[in-house]
Amino acid sequence: MAQTPTLAEESGSTPFSSSQSITLRIARYNPQHDSVKSFMEFQIPYEKWTTVLEAILEVKKHFDHSVAVRYSCRQATCGSCGMIINGKPRLACFTKISELNSNVITVEPMNNFPIIRDLAVKFDRLFDTHHKIKPYLIRNDTEITTNTKEFLQSPEELEQYIQFSNCIKCGLCNSACPTMATDSSFVGPQALAQAYRYVADSRDKGKDNRLKIIDDSHGIWRCHFAGSCSQVCPKGVDPAMGIQLLRGYMLGFRS
Amino acid sequence: MRESIIMKIHYGTALAAIALVAVHILMRLTQGFAESLEYDSVIANYKFLPYAGMLEIILILLSIHGFNGLRVILLELKQGQRYEKAVSYGCVAAMITLIAYGSRTIIMVNTGMT
Ligand code: HEM
Ligand code: SF4
Ligand code: FES
Repeated sequence: MAQTPTLAEESGSTPFSSSQSITLRIARYNPQHDSVKSFMEFQIPYEKWTTVLEAILEVKKHFDHSVAVRYSCRQATCGSCGMIINGKPRLACFTKISELNSNVITVEPMNNFPIIRDLAVKFDRLFDTHHKIKPYLIRNDTEITTNTKEFLQSPEELEQYIQFSNCIKCGLCNSACPTMATDSSFVGPQALAQAYRYVADSRDKGKDNRLKIIDDSHGIWRCHFAGSCSQVCPKGVDPAMGIQLLRGYMLGFRS
Repeated sequence: MRESIIMKIHYGTALAAIALVAVHILMRLTQGFAESLEYDSVIANYKFLPYAGMLEIILILLSIHGFNGLRVILLELKQGQRYEKAVSYGCVAAMITLIAYGSRTIIMVNTGMT
């Protein structure tokens, strides 16, 4: 008789044949009935290629299914799995255990985001601020009706913004930003980098509109050049540079 | 006022202050430290109008810069419509008060009220 696989043998899990293991400390917190965050510890075997997300999923599979974690693509594309790993905001699916050089790995929910439960946080503020800067091309004509041509762009024009279009809205930059920690109305590095992405796009005509939106008492000027956003961005977006380039428009150095 | 205009003033006052404070420090180096703080010497400085005028400008520049800086810090510390309004008006009031108080010293010396 064919045996049905047990949960542990299910396909898709990393084959752990390694003798190496780490202690994975997972922050547990449910705002509905906990007053403080606590940590649960698990011994997890790992290979050279095992990611922190795989280790957390291993915990869910074998030890405690109730650990709340958000993930989807497992390849640094969807922006779901941002968390604080050994003190630094990182993508769990894009961080290998072996690169952390530590026997203990602590995972906590991102800073500056309200916690839903354990490692899952609310993204409402990020989506609101992102939406606020009008993250789309603004112009009166369109390239999808008949009689219009596609909007051509030279490689040089593309170069102006392409780096900033790599943003996956993971929120790691907002989590690292010191202004975000105290100013609950600050627009944040993620939205500011996206404001630059559209302002610098030669096809866009919404520059004045967008610059006005971020020229607010809780807008672009509340960035104090800490640069932590760019240090933690997993996609090389460099929000801090985007913010300074945007300031260039506002101070009259660029047009 | 638009935030970009306020911040242009903030950066502008900082740059201007660097130049004028440099002149101020160089002027002070023409005398020994204790000597420059003697009563007659201080009065003489205030009576030398170009220098007193420069001190007045430094006072205005740094009051604007400092209290706007304080406004920024307070806006980031706490949010709320009434609080933010109080911070903005409070900082402008404090700015004007400090400028008035500093100017009073210079005017008193120059009108012989010492
Ligand atoms: C002449 C030398 C000075 C220069 C070049 C200078 C420059 C600056 C700059 C560029 C900022 C903005 C920093 C940011 O946005 O992160 C700033 C902020 C600030 N400045 Fe000055 N400043 C000078 C002197 C002063 C003085 C003498 C005071 C006090 C009266 C002062 C008080 C402040 C405050 C309270 C802030 C807000 C803090 C902040 O935004 O980080 N500054 N200054
Ligand atoms: S800028 Fe980078 S860190 Fe910030 S949300 Fe986009 S991809 Fe994430
Ligand atoms: S799971 Fe999609 S970015 Fe990590």
